[in-house]
Amino acid sequence: MSSTIYNFISSYNYYVIIFLMISGLFIVVSRGNMVKKLVGLALFQTSVYILYISPGKILNGTAPILDDVYSIYSSPFPHVLILTAIVVGIATLALGLSLVIRVNEEFGTIEEDELFDNEPNNE
Amino acid sequence: MALTTLGIIRLRNLFSVVILSTIYSFLMATLLLIFDAVDVALTEAAVGAGISTVLMLTVLYYTKVNEEKPKFKSILPLIICLTIGGLLIYGTYGLPPFGASDTPIHTHISVQYLERSMSETGVPNVVTSVLASYRGFDTLGEVIVVFTAAIGVLSILKRDKI
Repeated sequence: MSSTIYNFISSYNYYVIIFLMISGLFIVVSRGNMVKKLVGLALFQTSVYILYISPGKILNGTAPILDDVYSIYSSPFPHVLILTAIVVGIATLALGLSLVIRVNEEFGTIEEDELFDNEPNNE
Repeated sequence: MALTTLGIIRLRNLFSVVILSTIYSFLMATLLLIFDAVDVALTEAAVGAGISTVLMLTVLYYTKVNEEKPKFKSILPLIICLTIGGLLIYGTYGLPPFGASDTPIHTHISVQYLERSMSETGVPNVVTSVLASYRGFDTLGEVIVVFTAAIGVLSILKRDKI
């Protein structure tokens, strides 16, 4: 029994990640509004950030800035990767949002359902 | 955090959704701070909560603020998402426990970086030295991606057609 509780607590971070991941996926799949889809995509992305960062943490460790006082540091490598990922993420978000503005200019709506209804060669 | 996420799913007013995503980004930055990732937390607070909010509010200024009710029921996406979630939870049984120090992530490359960074680059912040020195080409590629995105945004939004 106690080992079950230990297992649950020691992988609690993964459960948080999975919850965020599937809620982001759910928004992307089920909501028709494009801005909301992009928010869902950002949610999915941030869940991946924790997926990378959280295994790098050592209990009782500190941030990877070298100093004589500390000897245990968290792993710096995932931090570097995720820094890159954040910046790339904001770039793709900006691109998607500009596409949303363009679609709105052209068709007057950002709802997928209305876009499908307005399609000219729709039988 | 979970409450904010549920709010993002339920709310139809896009303005509140954007503000909630800002709150979510700040919570995420706090979480990253707890995970000792101070640089990432700073970036997330600046980029996720700052720039992306400004971008989304700009888009909302140009488009409609309220979301329509979806035409189809969202049962099927829910089932799909729950199935994927179940599979992912099954996958966590193969992953190391939280906070352990003998996992592969801490025994291969990170140790090398932590040991050699000070003597080879002279920068006490290991994240900076890895980002700018050891993996400088990665950062160059990142700059190229941002540049391409900027070109894309400009060419999409250009008003006058050739």
